[in-house]
Amino acid sequence: MPLLAARAVTKRFGGLVAVHALDFEIDEGAIVSVIGPNGAGKTTFFNCIAGFYEIEEGEILLDGEPIHRLRRDQIAHLGVSRTYQNIRLFNNMTAMENILVGQHHHLHSTWIGAILGTRGVREDEDRAHVEARRLLRFVGLQGRGDTLASKLPYGDQRRLEVGRALANKPRLLLLDEPTAGMNPAETEQMTEFIRNLRDDLGVTILLIEHAMRVVMGISERIAVLDYGEKIAEGTPEEIQLNPRVIEAYLGRGSVAEVVAQSDPGPGSAASV
Amino acid sequence: MTAELTLARPTSRGSWRPTVRVGLLGGIIAVYLALVGIVPLFDERPLVNGVISLGQTALVLTMAGAGSIAARRATGGRGEVVAAGALAGAITGGFVTLLVILGAAVDLRAFMLNASPRLYDLLTFGLGVAGSWIPLVVGAAIGAAAGGLYVVPARFRTPVGWGLIAVVALGLFAGLLRTPLLTSGLSQVARFLFAPEGLTPIGAIIVFAVATAFNVARGPVAVGRRVSALPGRERRAVFVAGGVVSLLLVFVMPLALGGFFAQVIALVALYVLMGLGLNITLGLAGLLDLGFVAFFAVGAYTVGLLTSTAEFGIAQWPFWAAVPIAVLLAMAFGAFLGLPILGIRGDYLAIATLGFGEIIRILAGSDLLKGVLGGPRGIINIPKPIGVAPDHFLSGATQIYYIALVFAAIVAFVAWRLRASRLGRAWVAIREDEDVAEALGISLVQTKLLAYMLGAAFAGLGGAIFAGLVGSIFSSSIQLFVSINVAALIIVGGMGSIPGVIVGAIFLIGIPELFREFSEYRFLFYGIVLIAMMRYRPEGLLPSRIVRRELHVPETESPAGLPAGEPLGR
Amino acid sequence: MKATWVERLTDAAIVTFLWVFRLVIVVVVVVGSILTIASGRYSVEVWIGLVVSGASLGSIYALLALGYTMVYGILRMINFAHGEIFMAGAFAGYFTAVTLDEFGMLNANPLLSIVSVVIMILVAMAVSTALALLVERIAYRPLRNAPRLVPLISAIGASFFLQYTFRGFFGPGIYAYPSVTVLSERIPLPLITMRWVDALVIVSALVMMTGLYLFVMRSKLGTAIRAVSEDKSTAALMGIDVNRAIVTTFALGAAMAGAAGVLYALMFRQIFFFSGFVPGIKAFTAAVLGGIGNVPGAMLGGLFLGQVESIGPTLFLDGFGVPSPNQLKDVIAFTMLVLVLVFRPSGILGERVARDRA
Repeated sequence: MPLLAARAVTKRFGGLVAVHALDFEIDEGAIVSVIGPNGAGKTTFFNCIAGFYEIEEGEILLDGEPIHRLRRDQIAHLGVSRTYQNIRLFNNMTAMENILVGQHHHLHSTWIGAILGTRGVREDEDRAHVEARRLLRFVGLQGRGDTLASKLPYGDQRRLEVGRALANKPRLLLLDEPTAGMNPAETEQMTEFIRNLRDDLGVTILLIEHAMRVVMGISERIAVLDYGEKIAEGTPEEIQLNPRVIEAYLGRGSVAEVVAQSDPGPGSAASV
Repeated sequence: MTAELTLARPTSRGSWRPTVRVGLLGGIIAVYLALVGIVPLFDERPLVNGVISLGQTALVLTMAGAGSIAARRATGGRGEVVAAGALAGAITGGFVTLLVILGAAVDLRAFMLNASPRLYDLLTFGLGVAGSWIPLVVGAAIGAAAGGLYVVPARFRTPVGWGLIAVVALGLFAGLLRTPLLTSGLSQVARFLFAPEGLTPIGAIIVFAVATAFNVARGPVAVGRRVSALPGRERRAVFVAGGVVSLLLVFVMPLALGGFFAQVIALVALYVLMGLGLNITLGLAGLLDLGFVAFFAVGAYTVGLLTSTAEFGIAQWPFWAAVPIAVLLAMAFGAFLGLPILGIRGDYLAIATLGFGEIIRILAGSDLLKGVLGGPRGIINIPKPIGVAPDHFLSGATQIYYIALVFAAIVAFVAWRLRASRLGRAWVAIREDEDVAEALGISLVQTKLLAYMLGAAFAGLGGAIFAGLVGSIFSSSIQLFVSINVAALIIVGGMGSIPGVIVGAIFLIGIPELFREFSEYRFLFYGIVLIAMMRYRPEGLLPSRIVRRELHVPETESPAGLPAGEPLGR
Repeated sequence: MKATWVERLTDAAIVTFLWVFRLVIVVVVVVGSILTIASGRYSVEVWIGLVVSGASLGSIYALLALGYTMVYGILRMINFAHGEIFMAGAFAGYFTAVTLDEFGMLNANPLLSIVSVVIMILVAMAVSTALALLVERIAYRPLRNAPRLVPLISAIGASFFLQYTFRGFFGPGIYAYPSVTVLSERIPLPLITMRWVDALVIVSALVMMTGLYLFVMRSKLGTAIRAVSEDKSTAALMGIDVNRAIVTTFALGAAMAGAAGVLYALMFRQIFFFSGFVPGIKAFTAAVLGGIGNVPGAMLGGLFLGQVESIGPTLFLDGFGVPSPNQLKDVIAFTMLVLVLVFRPSGILGERVARDRA
């Protein structure tokens, strides 16, 4: 059974069909990318999975259980975490606190317990802080924990957002353009980091990405969306040779974008 | 030389325009102050006895303000700076002159309550229309003087400024300071410095001289520097000593300063308590609750009903038995009202809670509940929390002060503990971005509900203590301004910050209460303060500090982007 | 990872509570109405009278609600000071009326009375507009890009500032509006108790609202306003002067509020510095009721709220034997606000401010 399955998912905004009859599956432990031109419905699809949008038709299953009628917090409890295209950290909280918030439902202190400062609560908090420091180290932000999130450099903010998502101990991690706005070195680092996430923590990863080098480098499968429909799915090699994909990209006049992003790095091909 | 002149001319001509604009603004403010009634009302109170009244001070300050702003913005040599100040001051004064002339020609009183001959007399130092030129000249003189301060080096300007501030401050609080001095054996000093209201002329000179001299000697800076130069242990000792002294001051204040003052600070303490309660709802969770008075009413009426020995009392319990019931009921009420509305957007929530406050207010005064709550006749004979003889030092407002202080400390403790827990973090996360918070597994309705209920509980506690303070509860005590007061003091003090709440309560509750005769203008003042705060300092006077957790050491970098260690002021 | 049982129980309790809440409201309304009507205490004439006064009150709310709804539509901000703009209009109308009365024009003959009322309304519209633009400039414009609560708090500040400025200028007393004799006479109609003032209020409100609707839908500036409401940055890219659109919106809303102030004062015959506050909140309710951002919605919401407030206390509460139910008319209005916000936050006609969560 796939970890996540979308069946004939449709999302409309007024007359606009943002996602149309989308079928999609991702297996436990996989890294899958969703690509497509701007406005293809990728982020909308993410928002449907994470419960930000209600879908009009179809169903979304996690472990075979429907989740598309649940609230966002309930979906998070089931082990789905996400990051955002335009970073959405809690800017007036420190990096450490951002991660602590991510652990919210793994902690158990009640308000009365917190006021009284019972031993259980203190142990709970201590464990949370240890875990948060560990996660800070994991995302490479040790020593930065007491800095306000808004004061972190851009790349650190992206990593902190991933760290916050990991604090929820997710089984499925949705990454929305994790390398957007990064320079080549940072992008390389982030790619490596994503691969480690899966290899070390066993998290299943679904990502939206524009940088072809990242996509081709780490995805096991790729799904291509255009105008809200899935026009292709397959391994990176298959996608690169798929005529519909080429048309979808080239037909939009974004030749430059595709060419610029498909440099002859490892795992990518100049033939796209 | 000629080349320089032609180059300089267009710029210097252009530079008069901001000066004129400042003057116009100052003139509008001056006329506004006169017509809205602040000048005539404040005129009843002298700042320096027989020399200048508070109302005149307001006008003079407007002129000086216009002059100094214009002078600061002026470019060019010394003469031009002083001239800019004089011009701005003259325009400001000119507006007042125009008002007097216009008032003589047309009977403005048909429209404006305050446009009376008395106002004109006051604006012209008793000369009426004949002296209509006076404000213009005075404005020019004061503007020039204010501009002149910008010509001399800052070394002189700053002490003079502080000297004047000291005179105004001491003049304002003269009545308050005089009474304890008179009773404490320093009556000679008191009579020498203070008139029954305001400073004596000699007192004013002395205060000015002392403040200036202290500043010239760089007193505050020197003390601060010497303390921070001390080795760690001794510095800590100084801080501890300072803390103990101020705590002691807080405790002896009502005893030293007597009845009326005790009443005022009891109210301040009560508002600190309620402010800290609402701070959980508004400051931490970011829920703008404008219906605070609803829960205040529940607390007050519960205590009233349960303890009163008069008509509507139902149980005649002792005060302390009724308080927990009041708090629990207020909390239950919070759940009842909060549940349906906490899902809605933040700005709608503000209006919905405002509606709740109004509903409760109307119900309390309605015929429907008159038989239960007494309506406008109210519930009387509510016993004092601590029953003592009338001449005991704990009688009256003093005991309420201590009780409110103790509970405020408890609320502060509760808020501090919660802030450091997962709930506090969840609240702040919701305040920052509720969509993201929910996607991290935080149940919005439950978490918001808890914040709302705790706010309600402390509002109920505030109401209960208020009932004990006044000894009665009437439907007329349940007013919108209770909600507005509490919300405003948090916003002004700094959302989420405990010292901010205390400062906010002193500014917005204490000072207006001390100057009871000005209380008509209290909400005018609130309005200006709220707009100004939102424009220039939306985080409040004392914003909350960052919770540092990773390393537990203070960082040298300060959060607001200010260089660390920079003293406030210049 | 399953939610703890406490959390699930709380969730269930919340859902149950909301259903019980709905049920109680419905039961009160239905049973109350049946009891009242069955008691037969009120004649048809009384009900018609209530409907008529509800219609005139509703027209005023509708005029006021337009200002809230348009400003919310364009800035996503509750203009809390709108009620004070309305009150300012009533005061401007008052001083105009007093002046006209001194010249003997106000009650000279029916025609001159009507001309006087028109002059009062025009002066009030001008004063209210000027004041609203001043408030916009000082208290709102610098905060356009701030988080939502910031302009709301500033607006609350502006509301207090205006109230107490008027108190300072004109004193805390109640001003009795000069009477226009013609307006207080009954219209000679069978069965319907209606004064000329009611007719004036309803007709002039309808005229103004139609004018506004046509302006917003047909004129170039109206189109610009709608475009900015839809998407500020795109509108700016299209060469629309966003600032001008916003200022015009404030001006239009304020003009309607000023006129409403005079009409309200002609109906109730007294004003004071606090007169704008409660009608302001109620008109906001009307705006939410119709779907905030939605211009026809605000008109409908206003008319509906007027009826609920006028008929509601008698119809719903009298049957239960509640003493002086009219004291509770504001309770009904505010309950209505909460009900709409909870159960249909997008209002009757649906709000134009969609996609807020994205």
